[in-house]
Amino acid sequence: MALTVIHKMTLAELQRKFTAGDVTATEIVRAYFLRVGHVEPKVNAYLTQCKEAAAAQAERLDQSLKGWRKTTPLMAMPLAVKDNICTEGVRTTCASRMLEHFVPPYDATVVAKLRAQQYLLVGKTNLDEFAMGSSTENSAFGPSRNPWSIQTVPGGSSGGSAAAVAADECVAALGSDTGGSIRQPAAFCGVVGLKPTYGRVSRYGLVAFASSLDQIGPITKDVTDAAILLGAIAGHDPRDSTSANVPVPDYLRALKRKDLKRLKVGVPAEYFADGLDPEVEQAVRAAIEGLRELGADIRDIKLPTTDAAVATYYVIATAEASSNLARYDGVKYGRRTDDSKDLLDMYLRTRAEGFGPEVKRRIMLGTYVLSAGYYDAYYGKAQAVRTLIRREFEAAFETVDLIVTPVTPTTAFKFGEKAQDPLQMYLSDIYTISANLAGLPAISLPCGFSKAGMPIGLQLIGRPFEEDTLLRGAHAYEQATTWRSKKPLVR
Amino acid sequence: MEITKQEVEKVAKLARLALSEAETTAFSQQLNQIVAYVQKLKTFSTEDVEPTSTVLGQTNVFRPDAVETSLSLEQALANAPDAEASCFRVPKIIQES
Repeated sequence: MALTVIHKMTLAELQRKFTAGDVTATEIVRAYFLRVGHVEPKVNAYLTQCKEAAAAQAERLDQSLKGWRKTTPLMAMPLAVKDNICTEGVRTTCASRMLEHFVPPYDATVVAKLRAQQYLLVGKTNLDEFAMGSSTENSAFGPSRNPWSIQTVPGGSSGGSAAAVAADECVAALGSDTGGSIRQPAAFCGVVGLKPTYGRVSRYGLVAFASSLDQIGPITKDVTDAAILLGAIAGHDPRDSTSANVPVPDYLRALKRKDLKRLKVGVPAEYFADGLDPEVEQAVRAAIEGLRELGADIRDIKLPTTDAAVATYYVIATAEASSNLARYDGVKYGRRTDDSKDLLDMYLRTRAEGFGPEVKRRIMLGTYVLSAGYYDAYYGKAQAVRTLIRREFEAAFETVDLIVTPVTPTTAFKFGEKAQDPLQMYLSDIYTISANLAGLPAISLPCGFSKAGMPIGLQLIGRPFEEDTLLRGAHAYEQATTWRSKKPLVR
Repeated sequence: MEITKQEVEKVAKLARLALSEAETTAFSQQLNQIVAYVQKLKTFSTEDVEPTSTVLGQTNVFRPDAVETSLSLEQALANAPDAEASCFRVPKIIQES
């Protein structure tokens, strides 16, 4: 098979070709690293590439498969993993100087699951340092660029994963989502990104940012691939006490229905208020009409506490981050300053040298809201408002099955546009963070392009553990439209 | 409610972050801006509303107290900035009086 067609396939297509014996694992590795070598100088999606290990693994697979082809679904599938997910023996940096040389002694549970299926790790993808940011501009090792226009950001924090999928530098990728970090870059890069229900996917081996909000999920070329990859990583894990013991359905079965008859879809007015770019609004409203034509019962709903979501999030997420990042003390692993007078000085300098400005800012904010005298006013208050947000969604889901909204207020912005104004950057997370606060599953998928040619995303939010309904809605819309056939030129 | 530079310095010490003069000034200004925005939480009534710390509604999760294989000493120390024998080495803590 010609190498130049291999990287264009979806995960489902490549699976079929490999299982049928039409393509070998070695050809897959060659095709993908050819592609990576070609576009990576422009995109900069990877922090670490695993070419030699992938080639060796591919050769072993091809040898073991000679004459018979009993394969697992993800065997020989070239996947990328966000660099805050631990990979045994492969450097995991979190895009931070603090962990620049950290080589995990174990696999995250999601990686162990992929490894058991004999996947191919293409590399570890770039992110905002410790997943804190919306553009990859906070990476200590330089930003990734949007394959649709290299002057614009790919989004973040899983910007490297989204850019790698959009530029065909892997067939699919894993990201993590604390406040939109899978869905926002997926929207900016014109691919599909799914944040599962909190507890659906094990967080064991995911470097913790905000433990009550973090979830790992797939970033893929289409909805079918998201269903495949979610199925591979979902499920209860005794090593993560917050992973839920809820059966995992066959997500591909959910895609069989092509219409949306008897599906009730809510449109919250609060997500179409001031600040929403008219081009984005137009595309999302047209997509809602598309859902109606597929048979969905579209209803107006109200989520008035949406206005509190950004404030709630930036208190809770930073509080949890300040606590989680206390572990980087220069003692057990990670960076240690070369020069210190005593233990306290070692802590102070190690952390000053190891963390970038945004991480420091969030640790400072989190420490402030948890400090004596402010705890009740900020952290306690935010936790109570979080309850209001959750209850509002619970009430909405009594009358609708899905909620449809934009993913982002604008299309991808240019480098430097928001980097100097942290609050403006935080406000761009307005449509994605509520799903994290309420623990709900949500998916981003392409629903159009701006006049400038940048992708626009559509978000569907579902009930807890109803990723199947989410995938059904997304798949029906995707199949009725042709957005996914347009590819970036990467120039 | 103004966050002064002194307060930023206090918080930085709690967070074990040595800040430069420029960082202290910048964080003081930025934290004031963010905290002013966060004041909007006060406009939402939360009287008698239980706080949410986890969406799963779990309390405790138990497992059998069984011995399992874990990282070897060598693996556990492999990433240490400074290790000796079976220990992480740190700067001297106890001073001679």
